[in-house]
Amino acid sequence: MKKNIILAGVGGQGILSIATVIGEAALAEGLYLKQAEVHGMSQRGGDVQSNLRLSSDPIMSDLIEKGDADLIISLEPMEALRYVSYLAPDGWIVTSSVPFVNIPDYPNLDEVLGHVKAFKNHVLLDVETLAKEAGAPQQAANMVLLGAAIPMLGIDHDKMIAGVRRVFARKGDAVVDTNVAAVEAGYAASKH
Amino acid sequence: MKHLLLGDEAIAQGAIDAGLSGVYAYPGTPSTEITEYIQMQQAKSKGANPIFCRWAANEKTAMEAALGMAYMGKRALVCMKHVGMNVCADAFMNAAITGVNGGLVVVAADDPSMHSSQNEQDSRFYGKFAMIPAVEPSNQQEAYDMTQAAFDLSEKMHTPVLLRVTTRMAHSRAVVETTDNPKAQNAMSLPENVQHFILLPAFAKRNYAELVAAQSEFVRLSETCGHNRYVKGTRPARAIITCGIAYNYVMEVLHHKDADEWRSASVLKITQYPLPEAMIRQMVRDGAKEIMVVEEGQPVVEELLRGMVPSDVRITGRLSDALPRMGELSPDSVRKAFGMQALATPEADSLVVSRPPALCQGCGHRDMYAALNEVAREYEQPRIFGDIGCYTLGALSPFHAIHACVEMGASVTMAKGAADAGQHPAIAVIGDSTFTHSGMTGLLDCVNSNANVVVLISDNLTTGMTGGQDSAGTGRLEQICYGVGVEKEHVRVVVPLPKNMEEIKQVLREEIDYKGTSVVIARRECIQTLKRHLKQAKK
Repeated sequence: MKKNIILAGVGGQGILSIATVIGEAALAEGLYLKQAEVHGMSQRGGDVQSNLRLSSDPIMSDLIEKGDADLIISLEPMEALRYVSYLAPDGWIVTSSVPFVNIPDYPNLDEVLGHVKAFKNHVLLDVETLAKEAGAPQQAANMVLLGAAIPMLGIDHDKMIAGVRRVFARKGDAVVDTNVAAVEAGYAASKH
Repeated sequence: MKHLLLGDEAIAQGAIDAGLSGVYAYPGTPSTEITEYIQMQQAKSKGANPIFCRWAANEKTAMEAALGMAYMGKRALVCMKHVGMNVCADAFMNAAITGVNGGLVVVAADDPSMHSSQNEQDSRFYGKFAMIPAVEPSNQQEAYDMTQAAFDLSEKMHTPVLLRVTTRMAHSRAVVETTDNPKAQNAMSLPENVQHFILLPAFAKRNYAELVAAQSEFVRLSETCGHNRYVKGTRPARAIITCGIAYNYVMEVLHHKDADEWRSASVLKITQYPLPEAMIRQMVRDGAKEIMVVEEGQPVVEELLRGMVPSDVRITGRLSDALPRMGELSPDSVRKAFGMQALATPEADSLVVSRPPALCQGCGHRDMYAALNEVAREYEQPRIFGDIGCYTLGALSPFHAIHACVEMGASVTMAKGAADAGQHPAIAVIGDSTFTHSGMTGLLDCVNSNANVVVLISDNLTTGMTGGQDSAGTGRLEQICYGVGVEKEHVRVVVPLPKNMEEIKQVLREEIDYKGTSVVIARRECIQTLKRHLKQAKK
């Protein structure tokens, strides 16, 4: 098993929380893991990404090669497109459809979404609305997106849910339940 | 025990398990998480195994305090980003001459590609400059193990040891296996020969001779430590020398089937310096005709190699254009260097535009710049000298407010130099933490010649850019300015909020028109730390 994942978004959106949950589940599975993160200046509202690599064999590079990513998980549609040159030809894009507009020259949204849809393997979801419908706060939109990516992760749904429970356990049952609900909502929408 | 740790955290845990007594540091990306991790562990351990871990005012004070702790026989760690090495260079270079009693490890975290920095200098030059051993782990487990080994090496050879990492090593996470039997802290002990620490010329000459004499032993240790590994290839006419994290990219790429040209090459992995000369000679004896050097940062090894191998051996790397001359390496650039085709991939998307970082909404620096810009426009030729911190982003849209930004503290003294040249208004914009890091001494220069400058301290009560660490002068900035000699009536305090705009502008005008040194402090808590504090208060 080998999965190269690019997590993308805008500084402050919560891509590292997605990585934390996947990492937790992967380690419980006995997988090797490397995760390169971005800290520092770009976290101030700039574009951020994290390279997450999982494998049943030891991993060498902390960075993913261009053309070797199995999956882009993005909390923002234009940010998903930023990394398409890392995607393997049969790779997946799982992205939020909600734009984060903090720049004056943000491109036409319909065109952005059209470019995402042009990829054979894509999941495009309004994760913020799905979070709300699942009774979760807007901050749990990242967990909806994680749920949507489960079918492509190579880790069982039940094991991912167990990972979510462990990561949020110290915040109490109520927080665990809303986050699980958010993940399940994303998973159901993605399957659909 | 197994833990998922950042490279920085692995260094921190390695130091704790090596019996660390004190960590001394000023925050700086990508080194900040080392000290933060130790602070977090100390908070958890509630007084058991106390380790000094308060932030220092700057890298020089950090380095000196660490040397003092090592003088007393205890183990000390100093951490900084690469440019911090310049700040502490005096102390660092001379610590190599004094040597140490307890172990002293100096972590320099380099930032090739300048993700959060103003240059991409390679700290391995400092290791060579000071003539001390340096280590450069290639993964998180090595970061943990080699931090401990570096302390042992430091005490064995009575020398500081440099530990160099780069951004990807510092900020990449992997599983690290840690010991169940951490080392206890050293007991306090005085140096055997106190003259070692008194750098009078007569003593210093003797120390320096000892340091020079130790060089061959440092080389021998690089050859025998087990961290440097040479593997002869099946076709050894081709050879690769690779250092630190670059080793991972080499191995990743050589794993591919189309790497056949280089797959059978000899490989020398370097994680400890000075260079293991015997291993390089062996590589040449084994028939190396071309040596490709793959190293993160500047071409340090590539240059050194030229004086070390026969002239008919071709050396390739960053200097030969096989690899990019600047910026971070990646598996993609290494793949290209090996003459391999890029993997098939979709084309880069044409719609994507850049999304530069920006000051947070609601940030006090924004209101400070809004007022400053309006006042500056009232003068024919305003010059505003910026400094290092979040507020450097005032150079970008929408403010375009600053005309210079060089290094920590330069705003104050560059404004002074410009004023000395006749510029008016000459205004420095500096954050509170940067001011106490290295703006205060420049302010003293201003006072001594009553330079016609306004020093605008944008005080957000924290070290913001690196995530909100304690700032050394919080609550005492006015007293510091009075103490340095700024006249009381020309130390003004304003609160940067939109509702105070007229008042701030008036204060700025008055101080710009005053012919002498004045300080305006714009004080409002960082919006990020404020959010955190409100959240904590709710709990």
